[in-house]
Amino acid sequence: MSIIAEMLSYPFLVRAFVGGIFVSLCASLLGVSLVLKRYSMIGDGLSHVSFGALSIAVALGWSPLAVSIPVVVLAAFFLLRITENGKLKSDAAIAMISASALAIGIIITSLTTGMTTDVSSYMFGSILAMSPWDVRLSLILSVIVLGLFVFCYHKLFAVTFDESFARATGVRVDFYHGMIAILTAVTIVLGMRMMGAMLISSLIIFPALTSMRVFKSFRGVILSSGAVSVICFTIGMVMSYTCSTPAGASVVVVNLICFLLFAAWQAVGRIRG
Amino acid sequence: MNGLITCEHVDFGYENHDAVIDVTMEILPGDYLCIVGENGSGKSTLMKGILGLLKPTAGTMTVSEELRRTGIGYLPQQTAAQKDFPATVYEVVQSGCLSRRGLRPFYTKAEKELTLECMEKLGITPLRKHCYRELSGGQQQRVLIARALCATSQLLLLDEPITGLDPSAIQEVYGILRKLNREEGVTILMVSHDISNVVNQVNKILHLQQRVLFYGSAGEYKASDIGKRFLGGEEE
Repeated sequence: MSIIAEMLSYPFLVRAFVGGIFVSLCASLLGVSLVLKRYSMIGDGLSHVSFGALSIAVALGWSPLAVSIPVVVLAAFFLLRITENGKLKSDAAIAMISASALAIGIIITSLTTGMTTDVSSYMFGSILAMSPWDVRLSLILSVIVLGLFVFCYHKLFAVTFDESFARATGVRVDFYHGMIAILTAVTIVLGMRMMGAMLISSLIIFPALTSMRVFKSFRGVILSSGAVSVICFTIGMVMSYTCSTPAGASVVVVNLICFLLFAAWQAVGRIRG
Repeated sequence: MNGLITCEHVDFGYENHDAVIDVTMEILPGDYLCIVGENGSGKSTLMKGILGLLKPTAGTMTVSEELRRTGIGYLPQQTAAQKDFPATVYEVVQSGCLSRRGLRPFYTKAEKELTLECMEKLGITPLRKHCYRELSGGQQQRVLIARALCATSQLLLLDEPITGLDPSAIQEVYGILRKLNREEGVTILMVSHDISNVVNQVNKILHLQQRVLFYGSAGEYKASDIGKRFLGGEEE
């Protein structure tokens, strides 16, 4: 506890904590839907696209968020579309788009500014990245995501579990897909600066997978994902502070440990059951 | 008696290609109708049309007043993602009440009771807290039928309900459907490949090959040339 109190005496760490907790909460809730619909790769694809957009913004001297958010939202819709159409093999298509966006980003950066600290911190994350404006934006994002999950919970369940049935009963499936795509895009752009383009997708995937080891109901998985995500983030931050490890990587490692613990719990349950 | 759904010379299709041409049929209350046909014969397209997900490109389709109010209880084909979906039986069945709800965010007491009632009808009450992914194929179909019944007890529409089930589960599903049709008066419309079993279960057959090749009672179908050819084997 005293370590946390000490950490909170630095304003930039307060921002990292508050912004990070909001972002991990959003990522984990959206992640449940994405993982269950087999769209996990979209998170990974979007983070790379976001990196590409960011390098262009930095090169042109524009505001990084103002460029990345619209570009990544567009990419999210595009990725959802190719996943649904199934014309291109979607996993291959996403891998192709990720690599291309990353390559374009790297070329533009090396041609203009060179690999500045700015861009490399976007790759692997920086605890200093959260500005007061980012924290405000992540608060707004969380309110919207939580609102969606509370008030449209049953519709989200129906859309996630069985799209055809939901469509036939008159749920506007495309609207919910669109909402999830936009919110995921914003979550990734916000979280990427702290977690890093290479690591942000773990915030989306890990909590859902971890919770699915143990919980058998959709409600259980959702609640557990939110909790797991926030707890892992906090532990990761403390670890990063005490051991001087990079923040993003620490959070991912804590998530991995948590996943292994839940998997062990599941294994023990099976042996007993 | 007025039909629940009446199709008169209806075409359904995508963009500039009609997958189903000139279908005339009527679904009466209490019918147990099966649409048969080979892959690519337009069965799924017709199904989507009946569900209202596709607009007819020609002809008229009339849906009765009653049915328009309650909607259709739809049982889609299972997707791979559902096989390991963490959801309890209760959660899945309850999601059938969704169409009754409009914009209200939560379920009412009456809807919760309806959920329990539908689970009781299908004999899955003891499984209510079990996880959907841990059930057998037959049990999963029971859950999905209960969910469809929550939407409406007027008309069930089943898309290949026995795909991937083992023989005993197939008989189980047919048993349930027969019981619902005879005892509860539920109208059932299904699409199936399993023609040899189906002719002995249903009372009407529609054989589709882009156009309607046969439409009539199951008995007549067995006696018809097209029926004999499609049923194949021992008849020759």
